[in-house]
Amino acid sequence: MSTTLERAPAAKPIARSNQLAGTGQLVRLALRRDRVILPVWVLVLGLMTSAGAGPYEALYPTEAERAGLTATMGGNPSLTLLYGPAFDLSTPGGFTAWRFGAFVGLFLALACIFTVTRHTRQEEDTGRQELLSSTVVGRYASLTAAVIVAAIGSVATGVLMVAMLVGTGLPASGSVALAAGVTLCGFVFIGVATITAQVAEYSRTANGIAIAVLGSTFLLRAVGDATREASWLSWLSPVGWATQIRAFADERWWVLALLAGTAVVLATIGYRLLPRRDVGMSLIPARPGPAEAAGSLRNSFALALRLQRGPLVGWVIGFAVFGALFGSLAAGIGDVIGDSAEAQQMFARLGGSQSMIDSFIAAMAGIVAMIASLYSVQATLRMRSEETAFRVEPLLATRVSRFGFAASHLVFTVVGTALLLAVSGLFTGLLHGIRVGDIGGQVPSVIGASMAQLPAVLVVAGVGVALFGLLPRFAALAWAVASLFLLISLFGPVANVSQSVLNISPYQHIPKLPSAELTTTPLVLLTAIALVLFAAGLAGFRRRDIG
Amino acid sequence: MDNAISITGLRKAFGRTVALDGLDLSVAKGEVHGFLGPNGAGKSTTIRVLLGLLRADKGDVSLLGGDPWRDAASLHRRLAYVPGDVNLWPNLSGGEVIDLLGRLRGGLSQRRRKELIDRFDLDPKKKGRTYSKGNRQKVAIVAALASDVELLLLDEPTSGLDPLMEATFQYAIQEERDRGRTVLLSSHILAEVEALCDRVSIIRNGFTVETGTLADLRHLTRTSISAELAGHPNGLSKLPDVHDLQVEGNRVRFDVETHSLDVALRQLTEIGVRSLTSQPPTLEELFLRHYTDTTHSEAART
Repeated sequence: MSTTLERAPAAKPIARSNQLAGTGQLVRLALRRDRVILPVWVLVLGLMTSAGAGPYEALYPTEAERAGLTATMGGNPSLTLLYGPAFDLSTPGGFTAWRFGAFVGLFLALACIFTVTRHTRQEEDTGRQELLSSTVVGRYASLTAAVIVAAIGSVATGVLMVAMLVGTGLPASGSVALAAGVTLCGFVFIGVATITAQVAEYSRTANGIAIAVLGSTFLLRAVGDATREASWLSWLSPVGWATQIRAFADERWWVLALLAGTAVVLATIGYRLLPRRDVGMSLIPARPGPAEAAGSLRNSFALALRLQRGPLVGWVIGFAVFGALFGSLAAGIGDVIGDSAEAQQMFARLGGSQSMIDSFIAAMAGIVAMIASLYSVQATLRMRSEETAFRVEPLLATRVSRFGFAASHLVFTVVGTALLLAVSGLFTGLLHGIRVGDIGGQVPSVIGASMAQLPAVLVVAGVGVALFGLLPRFAALAWAVASLFLLISLFGPVANVSQSVLNISPYQHIPKLPSAELTTTPLVLLTAIALVLFAAGLAGFRRRDIG
Repeated sequence: MDNAISITGLRKAFGRTVALDGLDLSVAKGEVHGFLGPNGAGKSTTIRVLLGLLRADKGDVSLLGGDPWRDAASLHRRLAYVPGDVNLWPNLSGGEVIDLLGRLRGGLSQRRRKELIDRFDLDPKKKGRTYSKGNRQKVAIVAALASDVELLLLDEPTSGLDPLMEATFQYAIQEERDRGRTVLLSSHILAEVEALCDRVSIIRNGFTVETGTLADLRHLTRTSISAELAGHPNGLSKLPDVHDLQVEGNRVRFDVETHSLDVALRQLTEIGVRSLTSQPPTLEELFLRHYTDTTHSEAART
């Protein structure tokens, strides 16, 4: 703390005191609170990229193979949809930037959103902010501290990325371009979160809106990159800009200014909104509720429905959009696969047009399942957040049994997840069916491919249930497990990890419908594992102390 | 079965921290029982054990004739609980919470609900987030008192209420007692305890220091005497249970254990009393001694 801050109140009226007073203290408090989670995401995101850069030479040993990659992989719309445009896949750097750039940017953006919300809106939710605001803390101190901590994490991730990439022998300029794009992508979503923290009434809503914005920008990029006619859409998306820097492929440095400028504009809006509201309140004032409860609000399931329906509706809308998008793109996957001869050969090897579409649908079903697993963890851990907010005790002091309480929420874990998979399958099948003129055939087949993923998702949810029941203090580790499975399935093959590592992820065992045969054994086994995890968690919850 | 609650030798530890260590408590049916003790003495932990939220490590606990851990859900139909820290669901209105909790217990009397909302001057339309601490407590109190139950477990229910609402609360609890309901009331507000409680139990460091009526407890403490005597006060210091004796000429000032008051007064009248004032222990003094005086509580325990 500088001496001017100390002197300010004495020299001037209190109302004129420093609006940022106490920021340094709050940054230290936030770093102390995040002392585990912050290093974890910095390390995982910072190291992930280089894990992909190393195996490139082993995977594609010859020059000829590498030269063909840009045309074959880069010409495959289902891959550009997922990873972004392929500029130059003939070097390890270009390949890494393509395969990881958009996703690391996406994950970093998520981490930044959670960090900013945790140290702003969530502090207000718990009432802790009030205590802090009563001390010598300026109006903007909390928001500034949250922004600084998230920025420290983003920059640290970028610096680690550069160090690791240059360490594996990649050119410095490309490494810096890739890392800068990712870091600034984080900055943009720090800006988004500063706004949502002011607009939303609760931290859940603030995170929800910010993640919806992030999801939309990722989709804009995906559609823009996968369709030639609409490629301008990518330029509307900050996640798209992070790839358009063309790291390791004749870098376009000016794109960084676009990201930085957007971040500054968004954060400015957030800072302008802050003084327009009271601490603990939102810009949209809370409306009064009914004086009496509806007749249906009479058991723990009805209460769980009230608590879970908002997020579920949001997820269902997201999955419908996602599904519709994939469905409308699927038929095009077989059309254009690049004009080169290599692409045509690979295309034929893979079994021609129909087979390509089928594997696209199977791949998308896998991606959708991984995203649905995040919902399943969120729905499950709602039990824990209700418990830590001391709202479970008064409930369990009534005739609601522990099993009844848990079952009310787990209905959403299981049925909600199944609903998400079904909705995404329905919309993919519907849109794809319309394009190929076979709604009656496509809808059930695609819903089947999507629903086949349910046992794998329930294994992830089961980890959450087991942790909640047996090790409640570590319940949040369910997020780590869900992320681990996701990373293994998404990047394991590129990072050239062994089959036994790939097998850790439950998604790996799901038959790739509709292109592959339906084998029931893995589905039955995964369901059995999920059941054991659910049962262990419930048994633990019935025996343990509450609180 | 005369006791609504009976606990003997209750022990509960959280890791290495021992929260309850040999706690005894018995609450007769139909009585209002004060549950007192300094912060961190284990009052809330005891209530949580009674609710089956925490599992006792050792000791016998019986609630309404059942085992609170094993029969939790069925026993809970017959009781209502007001937590010390009331946390409401942010997107439910106060009225919705009252109805929900009432329905999840033995049922709710609509007439009583309306009457209590009026008396406590509560706006049932506000959402959980927008209530003040006192108003959140009122929501929990109304939900508990309007429920059709036999036993009320109240954990510092009035810590956020203003004096007017405190009076309303006391009146409401007296009504509950008249109806024959049993109340376990944990409180730091001594006037409330004095006005409402038939018997009290005082706990410290996880065990019971004292149980009885307030008159019983007063009996165990000291009375302050100050007197002007006819002659020089001799022999007073040799008397049993006399403390803090101050002599100034013919004037004396001392404290005496209430059970030895008789002996001390006899000694004074032997010398001859010119004037005398005696001060019975205030409730505050009574509790402060139990809260702070370790040797006394150890003695009382054995």
